Amino acid sequence: MSNYFGNYSLYIALIASIYLIIKSYIDTNINIKNLNKNLVLITSVQTVMIIISFISLVVAFIISDFSNETVFNNSHTLKPLFYKISGSWGNHEGSLLLWLLVLSVFLYIFLLKSSSQNIKYRLLTLLFQQIIISGFLIFILLTSNPFNTVFPIPSEGLGLNPILQDPALAIHPPILYFGYVGTSIIFSTSLAAVVAGNIGDSWAKHIKSWVLVSWIFLTIGILLGSIWAYYELGWGGFWFWDPVENVSLMPWFCLTALLHTVIVLEKRNLFKEWTIILSITTFSLSMSGTFLVRSGILNSIHTFANDPSRGIFILSFLFVLVIMSVTIFFFNQKKLTSTIKNSFIISKETAILVNNWFMMFFLSVVLVGTIYPIFLEVLNGSKISVGPPFYHNLLIPFLIPFLVFMSFGPSLKWIKDKLKKFEYNLLIIFLASILISYFILINTEKKFLLSVPLIILSFYLLLVTINDFFNKKSSLSQKISHFGFSLLITSILLNGLFSNEFNANMKVGEERKFNDKVIKLNSVNVRDIDNYKSLKANFEIKNQNSFIQLSPEVRIYQQPFTITSEADIKTTLFSDNFLVFNILKDDGYYNVRYQYKPVMIWIWISTILISIGGLLSLIKKNEKKY
Amino acid sequence: MYGKKVKFRALFIFLILISIILSIFLVTKSLEENVVYFKSPTDIKNFTEVKNTEKIRVGGMVKKNSIKINDKEIFFIITDFKNELLVNFTGSVPNLFEEGKGVVAEGILKDKSFLNADKILAKHDENYMPPEVSEALKNN
Repeated sequence: MSNYFGNYSLYIALIASIYLIIKSYIDTNINIKNLNKNLVLITSVQTVMIIISFISLVVAFIISDFSNETVFNNSHTLKPLFYKISGSWGNHEGSLLLWLLVLSVFLYIFLLKSSSQNIKYRLLTLLFQQIIISGFLIFILLTSNPFNTVFPIPSEGLGLNPILQDPALAIHPPILYFGYVGTSIIFSTSLAAVVAGNIGDSWAKHIKSWVLVSWIFLTIGILLGSIWAYYELGWGGFWFWDPVENVSLMPWFCLTALLHTVIVLEKRNLFKEWTIILSITTFSLSMSGTFLVRSGILNSIHTFANDPSRGIFILSFLFVLVIMSVTIFFFNQKKLTSTIKNSFIISKETAILVNNWFMMFFLSVVLVGTIYPIFLEVLNGSKISVGPPFYHNLLIPFLIPFLVFMSFGPSLKWIKDKLKKFEYNLLIIFLASILISYFILINTEKKFLLSVPLIILSFYLLLVTINDFFNKKSSLSQKISHFGFSLLITSILLNGLFSNEFNANMKVGEERKFNDKVIKLNSVNVRDIDNYKSLKANFEIKNQNSFIQLSPEVRIYQQPFTITSEADIKTTLFSDNFLVFNILKDDGYYNVRYQYKPVMIWIWISTILISIGGLLSLIKKNEKKY
Repeated sequence: MYGKKVKFRALFIFLILISIILSIFLVTKSLEENVVYFKSPTDIKNFTEVKNTEKIRVGGMVKKNSIKINDKEIFFIITDFKNELLVNFTGSVPNLFEEGKGVVAEGILKDKSFLNADKILAKHDENYMPPEVSEALKNN
């Protein structure tokens, strides 16, 4: 039943989409005063249809309706309810349906919220957004219909992969998608604004909420992805420069640049072209992110089941959209009235431009590292991978000037400022950060050339951002986000510098020395639990002043046969102790990895702070309106 | 001669050009140094020389009954059913590292039959095989 509902509502949504494209195109060419009520009505019908379709899929998952192919492939009656529900968007078909759902819901919200805007602009946004929606609808109906049926109806589903049963992973795709899809509204509105010729401060004010919404979701989405990798995959880190991680980071750089540029457009009516270019780029990166992940082109550890025809469709669709937007931008460029006012080199505008340069540089590095292997394979068939050193070599040295700029850029004034005003405060802060860094670095043997200035500067920036809380110059949201960011950089640096790792194969009862610690494997207990066999180990880690017990686990599932390692992590405010073990053979040896990771929890906390800053700015913006 | 705005623009464009050239230079240089090539055991057999400074990735199957463990290292043989390569590895292995299953090992080649690995790649699910592995197996 739900298959039919789901399927037909998608067709109705497609018809609505085609009607809306035609109607809104006609309406933009005649002068009308008010938005045709039918347009809003039909958009809401379309949204409802897509919601019905999505709910039908979720229901099919909940009641384990195995006549549905997607449910059959990805669910199982023994799955907990929570994972049955999250399973509906955990697969390719369902995730696209979710993309579509968010696309149309966002469009509907846009129509409701933009009533004060120019009518032509609203119609054009509707038009562009409907082009994207229809593209996705056709894509889903042709290549990835979530409502394909199986006959005869199987009695049991196939999907019970325990690795994918993790709360962070279950909510991570939708959150990431809100971020990705939010950029579609930015894309549609900026194209519409180019054609309608209303790019300017008032448009910037209006679009800023969408930039903020996408940015907040993307930040949280990336955070959840890394939390999952850290806790569940047991690789003992939070970022691996894996292509799938990179494709979520690239739109983030772009969106962060856009977030800053939009402020300049709002306050100073500058950087019009640049804002448009960033909007188009951000959405293209989000789309290609979906393309790269879903097509299976990426040689990633995450690689999902794939089908080349899907990839080709998304790629050509993306190509059409990019060509369309470049053409529109090119032919309407003259409407962007140039408003070069008095600008001076030392000003907030320049500081934001510098921020954008850095973002673009970081973006290019990640982009090259991610697509170069694909490029080379097409070119001469050689298979390569680009490892973390590539990213580290290119990104870390540039953090030094970046941190310097970030420490004074945000406090500059608009239009013109002087650098001469010397503040004793800052000198004291600088000396303090040297002192802190000295005490931190004195105890390490690792003395990298770069680590000294990096640590000093990151502490300097951290203290400056704390100091900024006592100045009234900027908004609270900016202070929180910038403080969060400097805390993130500091935590990542300290974490990278002071993490250490111990690997060995141990038998029960054995003891090993590692730095000043002694690691002992006390016991391994085997038990049968629900649908898996559990091997729970008991390790103790001792040094002069601490004693920690860690109990990592290996689970052996039979249906389907899967072995998972559950790392045991003891988290304190200062450090994480991470231990994971594995079985290779029945010869009594256990493969053990122990990691000491300082300030790990601060990486999560700081990222949350960054998004809280964004959220605050969003709330404040909405308060002003009413 | 030129107005302030023109000068400002010229400086701006100049800076953009400089930074683009600089980034292209740095990116290509770093790429050259940090790219890891993927090879099968047969490819390695056909090498004319072994560079023991460069990292490579080797993919294939873990040969049945080839895993040997001592208290520090793990030894195993990667095979593409034509040629074999002995691998030694210190570190932690992913969950799905098993005899008779696909594997990718990254490390430095000591000679044509011995790889000193420092990383063994994880896979997502039991049916998944790294594309390189399935291709390397197909080619042979």
